[in-house]
Amino acid sequence: MGVGIEVSDLNAWYGSNHTLKDIQLNIPANHATALIGPSGCGKSTFVRCLNRMHETNPSARVTGKVLINDIDIYAEASPVEIRRRVGMVFQRPNPFPTMSIYDNVASGLKLNGFRSRRVLDEVVERSLRQSALWDEVKDDLKKKSGASLSGGQQQRLCIARALAVDPEVLLMDEPASALDPVSTAKIEDLIFELKSQYTIVIVTHNMQQAARVAENTGFFLMGKLVEFDSTHKIFTNPRDKRTEDYITGRFG
Amino acid sequence: MATQSLRQPLRASKVNIHTRRIKSGIVSGLAVLATIIVIAPLVAILLYLLKQGVTSLNWDFFTKIPVPAGESGGGMENAIVGSGVVLALASLIGIPLGIGAGIYLAEYAGSTRMGNLVRFTADVLNGVPSIVMGIAIYALIVLPQKHFSAFAGGVVLGVMMVPTVTRTTEEMLRMVPHAIREAALGLGVPAWRSVLTITVRTASAGIVTGCMLAFARVAGETAPLLFTAFGNAFQSTSLNEPIAALPLQIFVYAVSPYDEWHRLAWAGALVLIVLIIASVALVRYVVSRGTLKGAS
Repeated sequence: MGVGIEVSDLNAWYGSNHTLKDIQLNIPANHATALIGPSGCGKSTFVRCLNRMHETNPSARVTGKVLINDIDIYAEASPVEIRRRVGMVFQRPNPFPTMSIYDNVASGLKLNGFRSRRVLDEVVERSLRQSALWDEVKDDLKKKSGASLSGGQQQRLCIARALAVDPEVLLMDEPASALDPVSTAKIEDLIFELKSQYTIVIVTHNMQQAARVAENTGFFLMGKLVEFDSTHKIFTNPRDKRTEDYITGRFG
Repeated sequence: MATQSLRQPLRASKVNIHTRRIKSGIVSGLAVLATIIVIAPLVAILLYLLKQGVTSLNWDFFTKIPVPAGESGGGMENAIVGSGVVLALASLIGIPLGIGAGIYLAEYAGSTRMGNLVRFTADVLNGVPSIVMGIAIYALIVLPQKHFSAFAGGVVLGVMMVPTVTRTTEEMLRMVPHAIREAALGLGVPAWRSVLTITVRTASAGIVTGCMLAFARVAGETAPLLFTAFGNAFQSTSLNEPIAALPLQIFVYAVSPYDEWHRLAWAGALVLIVLIIASVALVRYVVSRGTLKGAS
C-alpha cells in the first residue's frame, strides 16, 4: 500500500542558489500526483528532496519537514532507509550495464543482503510483470545485459528494479521524456496500474501526460509551488493567472 | 551590395574529386604505415626470439634446474617457478593496494589536498627508476633481515605495480556515468556498497586491463630483483630464501662466456614473453566470458 506525504516549509539550495522556497504540499496516498512547470522551476529538486537524493550533491542543503507515513524523513530516518521505501525512476533509463536483466531487477534486494534464490526468482518475475516487460524478456533474463534493451524497455526495466524492493512511494522524474510515443503510452498505462499499490509522484513537461495519469497536479514556478489542486481543476479552471498562462502556452 | 555567396558551383567540386581522392589516399596510406611501424618491432622481436630460442626449448628446459658451467643440458624450471612465486606475491600486494587507492581517489578524495597529494605521489612513484626501487627495498627489507629473499622481490615488484593500477582504476571509475551511481543510491544501497559493487563492477573491464598492464611491466623487470630476490641456482619456493626468476636467469646466462648458456638465455627470453602474453590473454578471456550480450 502507498502512504501519504506531507511537506511543510521545505527549502532547498544548490550552493547559494535558492531552488525551492517554502513549499507546503500534501500528497495523498495511492494516487498519482503530477508536477508541472518550466525547466529550472524546482520540480526535479522537489522530488529529489522526497527521498533525500538532493543531499547527495555536495553543495546541496535542505531545511523544512517532509513526513512520509508520519515519519519525518530528515529527522527520524537515515537516507538509506528512506530510499528503500521511496523508489525513484530517473529521466534517462539507467540500468546497470554489466548486469543481466535478472540481476538488474534483483540488484536492490541482493545489495541489501537477500540471498534466497526462490524469493529472488519470485520478486523478479512479479516486478517484471508489474512493469509490463516480462513477456518481452522472459527468455533472456540471465543471458542479456540490461543495456542491450531498447530505450523504452530499459525504462520499464528501471521501473521493475525500483518496484522490486517493494517501496511505498514511487518518484518518477520525467520518466518518458527520452522515449517514443509507443513506449510513453506503455509507461502511462503502467502508472495507471501501479497507483492502486503505490503513491506516485511524477514530474512531467508533457501536460497531456499530467492530465492523463494524475488525479492531482502541482504547478511550480521559480522555486515556488504556485498552485496545487485536482488535475481537472488545474487544467479547466485554475485559480492563479500564472498557471493559466502556462497551461495555455502563453509562456514557459 | 549583396553578401557574396560562399557556395561553390556544383561543377567545381567535380573538378576537385581527383585531388580529394589523392589526399584521402595519402592520409590512409600514412595511417597504415604508422600502424606497420608500431607493430613491426613486436613482430621482429618475437620472430627473432623464436629463431634463436626455439631450438633450445625441450622438455628438460621446463623440468630441470641449471647445471654447473661446462656441463651440458639443464633447464630453467627453478626460474619459471620463481617468477611465478614473485609475481604472485607482487600481484597480491600491488593490485589490492592500487585498486584501493584508485577507489579513494575517484570516489572520496576528488580534488582535495589529500587527493592531489596521493595522485602526485603515484605519478612520481611511477617515474622512479626501477633500480632505485630495488635499492630502496634492499635497504628496507634485505639489510634488516640480513639475507635476500623472494619476499623482498615480491614487495619491490608489488610496489612498482601500485601507481599504474591506481591511476588506471581512478580513470576507469571516473568514466562510470553519474546516472549509474544515482540509480544505486536511489535503491537504498549504502554508498560504500554501491561503490564496491556497482561502480567498480561497471568499470571492471578497464580496471582489469590496468592490472594486466602493470603485471606485464613488472614481469620482465630485472634490475630491482638483483638486490632483492637475488637469484638461486636451485629449486626454491620459500619466501624467506633467495629465489630464481626468469629475467635474472636470462641476465646471468646472457653475460656468461658459454655458448650453451647463451642459447638457454634466448630460450628463457622466449618463454618469458610467451608466459606474459599467455597470462594476460587468459585473464582477458576469463573476464570476457563473464560479460553478457550487449553489455557495454
